[in-house]
Amino acid sequence: MDAQILPGQPMPVQEIDTKTDTRDILAHSRKHAEKAGYADWLIIDIDAHHVETASWSEIVTHIDDPVLRDQAKFYHAEKIGAPPYGLNGDLGLRYQDVGGRIPHQAGVSEAVDDKSVHRDVILSRRAMQAFALDYMVIFPTPMLFLGLHPQTYMEVVLCNAYNSWLCERVLPHDPGLKAMVVLPYNSPEEACKTVERFGDKQGVIGFSITSTRHKPVHANEYMRLYAMIEETGKPLGFHAGYHWQDPSLASCNSFLGMHALGFVWSNMVHMTNWVLNGIPERFPKLNSIWIESGLAWVPFLMQRLDEQFLMRQSEAPLLKRLPSEYMNTNCFYTSQPLEAGNMKAVECTFDMIKAETQLLFATDWPHFDFDSPRVIYDMPFLNEMQKRRILGLNAAELFGLEIKPHQRG
Amino acid sequence: MQTVRVGRVDEFEDPGRKVIAVGDMEVGVFRLDGEFFAWVNDCPHQGGPVCQGRLFNRVLEVLGTDQSSHGRTWDEDNLHIVCPWHGFEYDVRTGKHPGMPDIALTPVTVQVQNGEVHIVVE
Repeated sequence: MDAQILPGQPMPVQEIDTKTDTRDILAHSRKHAEKAGYADWLIIDIDAHHVETASWSEIVTHIDDPVLRDQAKFYHAEKIGAPPYGLNGDLGLRYQDVGGRIPHQAGVSEAVDDKSVHRDVILSRRAMQAFALDYMVIFPTPMLFLGLHPQTYMEVVLCNAYNSWLCERVLPHDPGLKAMVVLPYNSPEEACKTVERFGDKQGVIGFSITSTRHKPVHANEYMRLYAMIEETGKPLGFHAGYHWQDPSLASCNSFLGMHALGFVWSNMVHMTNWVLNGIPERFPKLNSIWIESGLAWVPFLMQRLDEQFLMRQSEAPLLKRLPSEYMNTNCFYTSQPLEAGNMKAVECTFDMIKAETQLLFATDWPHFDFDSPRVIYDMPFLNEMQKRRILGLNAAELFGLEIKPHQRG
Repeated sequence: MQTVRVGRVDEFEDPGRKVIAVGDMEVGVFRLDGEFFAWVNDCPHQGGPVCQGRLFNRVLEVLGTDQSSHGRTWDEDNLHIVCPWHGFEYDVRTGKHPGMPDIALTPVTVQVQNGEVHIVVE
C-alpha cells in the first residue's frame, strides 16, 4: 500500500434505523459532552419520553377497577391487531417520523439484553449517558391525549394504572429517573386522590396535566387541587400536545402545520386563563411549568395580555402586576423545541422570560424535534453560568435536587 | 492534507454510501449515477450524524396549469440524504438543504483513481 494513503475506518453503523442502539444514534451528542466537559456540569432533562404503550399489557394489570382490569387482560391476550386497551389517540401519531425519515421517532426497537430492570430503564440510561444527564424526567407519549377521552372515568383509571406501574417498575430502579405523575384532571376530586396516593413515591418530583383538553384551569373545582399541590412544594406542569380534530386546526392539511400550532395552542389558552384569573395571586407558592411548547409563544402572549390588560383591568381584578410579570416569575418553561432560527429573537425571548432563573432544559428525546444540551451550550449570548443555570441548576433549585459543589461552576 | 482510502468503486452500490472515520472526523462518501460525493458527517442543524441517515428522493408537489394541487410525487433526478436526528434533508450532489440552500453540508474532496475511491482531508 502507498505509505501516503491512510485506510479509512468504516463506521460500525452505516445507516441508522429503528434497531440502532440509542448510544450509536446519539454518539455525536456524547462526543460533544466530552469536549464540553459536562462531567462537571449538572444537566437535568425536564421532559423526555418513553413509549408507555409498549408496556401496556403490563400497565393494565395495575388498573384498580377489577372489572376493567380483567377486560383489559382478556383484550390484550386475545384481540388481534389491538390498539392499547382503553386509550384514545390522535391521527397525528402516524406521521411523526416524517415517513420513515426519523427512525427513532418511529420506534426505539434496539436490543436490550439486561433483563434485571425494565427495558425503559435501560433505554433511558442510554439516552442519559449520551446527553450527559444527571436526571431525566420521563413522561408518557400516547397518554398525552387522555384529556380528550370521551370516558372521564377511563382517564382516572388509566392515569392511576400508569402512575402505579411507573412508581413500581421504573422509578425505583435508577436514582436519575424522575417523574411528574399524571393527574386525571377532568375529575378534580380524583386528581386530588392521585396527589395523595403518589405524591410521596420514590422519584416523584411533581405533578402534570396533559394540556390537550377543554376544562378551564380557573374553575372553582380545581382550587383544592392547587392548594394540595402548593402544600407539597412540588411544581405543577402543563405538558402540551396537539389535537388535529380540534375545529381550530381542522383546516391544516399537514402534520407540520398542525403540530407547529397545536403544540402551542393548548398551553396558550391555559396560560391565559391561569394568569388572568389570578391563580398565581391565589396560590403564590405554586410553581407552574409550561412544557414542550417551545418558547416563541411566550413573548407573543406576554405582549398581547399586557396590552389588553391595561385597557380592561376590571376583567382581571385579581392581578396586582402585569400578566407578563406573573409569566416570568411564577411560571417556568422547558426549552424544547427551541426555535433558534433568529438569534436576536431568541435573545429577546430569553430576556423577556428571565431565562436565567425560569428556563429549564429539556430534550424531548426520543421525539423528532428533540434538543441536545448543545442548543443551550452554543447560545452565543449566554455566559457559562447562565448556561449552567438553564441546563440544570434552575431545575435543581425548583425540584429540590442535589447540586454537588463542583457542579455550581 | 492527507489522502484516505475509502474503498473500491465496485464496493459501492449506486446509489449507495460508505461512512468512515478518520481520527475524530467522520465522512460520508456517496455514489450516485456513477459519480462520487463526500460530506462531513455533521449536520449543520444540531450536529447530527447526517450521513448515516436514510436516502430519499426529493418530494415535489404536482400543480395544474391553474395552480391547483394534485398531490405529491418523487423527483427521480434528485436524491436526498436525511439527517436521522431531526429530518433535515440535503441534496446528495450539492449538499444543500432544498428549502434553504444557505444551510449546507461541509464538502470533502473525493478522488477516484484506478478503481479506488479516496478522500482528501486536512
